[in-house]
Amino acid sequence: MPASKSDLPQGTLDLLILKAVALNPLHGYGIAQRLEQVSRGVVQVPEGSLYPALHRLEYRGLLAAEWKKTDTNREAKFYRLTRKGARQLDADAASWQRLAEAVGLILAMANGGTP
Amino acid sequence: MSWWSRLYRRKQMDEQLDKELRFHLDQHAGDLIARGHSPGQAQRQARLALGGPEQVKEKCRDARGTRWLENIVQDSRYALRTFRKKPGFAAITLIILALGIGATTVMFAVVNAVLLRRLAFPEPDKLVTLHGFIRNFGDFWGFSNPDLADVRSASRSLRVAAWTYGGGTISAPGEPRYADGRQISAELFATLGIRPLHGRVFRPEEDRPGAAPVAIISRGLWQQRFAGDLSAIGKPLVFDGKPYTVIGIAPAGFQLSGDADVFTPLGQREDRRMQNRTARFIHAVARLRPGVTLVQAQSEIALIARRLAIEYPKSNEEVTMRVEPLQQELVGDVRATLWLLLATVGLVLLIACVNIASLFLTRAISRERELAVRVALGAGWGRLARQCLTESAVLGLGGGLLGLAVAQLCVPPFLAFWPGALPRADEIRLDWHVFAFGIGVSLLSGLSFGLAPILRLPSRSLEAAIRAGGRTIAGASGRLHGAFVVAEIALAFVLLVSAGMLGNTLLDLSSLNPGLNVHNVLTARFAISPGALANASGIPQAWQDVLDRARRLPDVEFAALSDIIPMREGENSLSYRTSPSPVPASREQIALASTVTPDYLKVMGIPLRAGRFFNDHDRDNSEPVVVIDDNLARHAFGGQSAVGKHLWVPAFGAPPVQIVGVVGHVRHWGLAGDDQSRVRDQMYSPFSQVPVPMLRFFSSVMSIAVRTKTPPLNAIRPLQQELRGADGDQALYEPWTMEQLVSASLARQRFLLLLFGIFAGIALLLASIGIYGVLAYLTGQRTPEIGVRVALGATVRDVVGLVLRQCLKMVLAGLVVGIFAALAAGRVLQRLVEGMQPLHAATFAAMIAILAGAALAAGFVPARRASRVDPVRALRQE
Repeated sequence: MPASKSDLPQGTLDLLILKAVALNPLHGYGIAQRLEQVSRGVVQVPEGSLYPALHRLEYRGLLAAEWKKTDTNREAKFYRLTRKGARQLDADAASWQRLAEAVGLILAMANGGTP
Repeated sequence: MSWWSRLYRRKQMDEQLDKELRFHLDQHAGDLIARGHSPGQAQRQARLALGGPEQVKEKCRDARGTRWLENIVQDSRYALRTFRKKPGFAAITLIILALGIGATTVMFAVVNAVLLRRLAFPEPDKLVTLHGFIRNFGDFWGFSNPDLADVRSASRSLRVAAWTYGGGTISAPGEPRYADGRQISAELFATLGIRPLHGRVFRPEEDRPGAAPVAIISRGLWQQRFAGDLSAIGKPLVFDGKPYTVIGIAPAGFQLSGDADVFTPLGQREDRRMQNRTARFIHAVARLRPGVTLVQAQSEIALIARRLAIEYPKSNEEVTMRVEPLQQELVGDVRATLWLLLATVGLVLLIACVNIASLFLTRAISRERELAVRVALGAGWGRLARQCLTESAVLGLGGGLLGLAVAQLCVPPFLAFWPGALPRADEIRLDWHVFAFGIGVSLLSGLSFGLAPILRLPSRSLEAAIRAGGRTIAGASGRLHGAFVVAEIALAFVLLVSAGMLGNTLLDLSSLNPGLNVHNVLTARFAISPGALANASGIPQAWQDVLDRARRLPDVEFAALSDIIPMREGENSLSYRTSPSPVPASREQIALASTVTPDYLKVMGIPLRAGRFFNDHDRDNSEPVVVIDDNLARHAFGGQSAVGKHLWVPAFGAPPVQIVGVVGHVRHWGLAGDDQSRVRDQMYSPFSQVPVPMLRFFSSVMSIAVRTKTPPLNAIRPLQQELRGADGDQALYEPWTMEQLVSASLARQRFLLLLFGIFAGIALLLASIGIYGVLAYLTGQRTPEIGVRVALGATVRDVVGLVLRQCLKMVLAGLVVGIFAALAAGRVLQRLVEGMQPLHAATFAAMIAILAGAALAAGFVPARRASRVDPVRALRQE
């Protein structure tokens, strides 16, 4: 049984999607699957928001899409990272890292009770 | 992918989105089945995880970023549907808009072609004209040849070309006829930046005295006399009695202050006028040299003028020189009139927009419930505002397209009605500038009247609107409606007063005494036989022969010659003194000088006040004489009798001329313009005393004037026949009756009155419709209240009075605003229109009465309807 599921903080879905397709092109369902697997089930992708997010990223030119056959020989829309998307991913990831460390520091202080 | 192709491929994208989501559901369900769920359960769970497919799709569409465009398409469709449901509303709006935008577009097309578009020469911004200017002559003058030669050699900033008028009779090849001509300097074509159609232009060595006579002819003359054959170049052309060789054909449509058929080298002239520094008859066109600005050229030319003034004080003391852009010169005094008309049609369009806005407002209020329900269902304020704007923009665009069609139809009649020649009229057409203007204006007006209902959107509380059920709520809308009516009345009043002022002015001016008897007088320019001009001493006899032939006609009572004709183009201003000692040029008196034959006074019917007019005893060897008008007499001699006194006129030479008579003043500058003109003194000298060397020149400008016993237009044919002369090579041209000339002198004012009258009429009609609409709506809302009043005993009179009082309040408010606006507009008109009279109080009062009358009449219909309200029905409605 995985650990209890968490809601995604605002704005992180885009970052996660970009990261998920950074390795190789994926279709929407594949992205949701990969995020869930990699996070060991902690991240539950809100499927209702997944597709609008994909379309928005495609419109902004961060993702490119292509219809291709899957291994089960069905047509699916595969998303892949564009060069612009890769730059965005680097920037967003770095800023997320900083934020996460900062939040961690603050929480550590609250838990320890001493500076 | 552009947003346009996104929109265009909307359907395809929707299908793809569908497919993508289906794939997701199938994949998810497949995984769940593999984990042991039953197919039905798996599918249900997959759908639950994804959420409502329609919501997801809607969000995806939003994410595409073409939402706004899709909304516009959707709203436009919705708008078209509502218009189809209420075709009357849409039709009225479209007609009002089409007329307003059509009129505005016509005026813009004219303004664009005449004032805004650049001239059709290469680098037209660098083309300028030069003027000599003498303050108390009150007019821009041409250059004298010596002055221009000095300017040309001294100027570093300008390349200067020169031209002057020079018409004459073409006597071969073909039938003799008069042709307009221009004498031009060799560099004129190159300065303008144009090339001849065929052949070549004049060489510098051909632009000198004694060179072989060569000519460039217009394309029209080439077609007419040489059948458009290229062999015309090198062929002879007999013009003004002189054999020329044709060397070039001017490009089609080439004009120099009007059409001309023959161009000859100015520099070949050898007459004395060419050496005379006060003979300012040459026009100068110039091009700024590369890198020179207009201001630099202006200061350089001013400097040269000052130097010439010091060097030649006798002729040039008060002469300044100016450089003006050529375009400004070409359009001249038309500029003010055109802007005035554009502003006026803009005003009419504004009234139309206010009117439509109030229609829209009324409709918006009746749709209040629909809008409230939509807000309740989640539509945002912005979304509804956008929809209202889309509706009005669709109407605006429709009206704009119709308006462009109206403009296309109206441009030719507008030009036909234009008084006189509109410069650059041939360039007027509906190009993309005009098209963009028309569409822009229609969108703008669409958005402006679409704002009216939006202003109301937030003012109503949702709950109240829905609870009001089918009925609507009166209140705040009354104030907005009232504001519209006030604006319409104010605008209409401005137009009414302007039209009234013009009507007043025209009446006042028409009743002015022109100073001569205009009935039964025919005037025409005349080209005398080139053979007669060859020998200067024979010229007077040739002219006498013309007069004798004219008198021989049974219809002709008197015949005379004159170099200038009242109210026609052309003038000759000379300075005069009452003492032999010279005075500074700035204090010289100026008079309009006519050179005439003895019967001139009888032909024109000018009253003789004192002394005598010329007779056959005034000859070139008798004492030089002059006749003056009463203005000059008063000016120069005050109350004393002028007859027998002397005048010194430098142009006539050093000896004085004796005043033998005083005649009445003639409004030479037109009924409208004469009072404002700076040269108001007039003098006449006898043609028989023109010095022999000047006879050739005078012969080129003399006109014939006859007093007829029957309507003068009938005399044109017989005169033309009779005056062809012994050799059949004399021509009478540009015949005008004096009545036509007088009437033409007011043509601009009459044309403006016609247009302002039409505009004011339209404005009055629109304002009345607006008042009617608003009052009908407001009283409709008050029906229950009126029902109560009637039930409590109000009479028909009371109810009618109630509504009319409301109407009157709006009219009064509109008039207060309108009076101030009209006073300001009157000032503008007085500045822009020649001879405009200040506002008469009576006109003002009459216009107030007309407007108030029309408004109350429009208000009476709804008032009457309100008075017939059945109290029982009205109360039941409550």
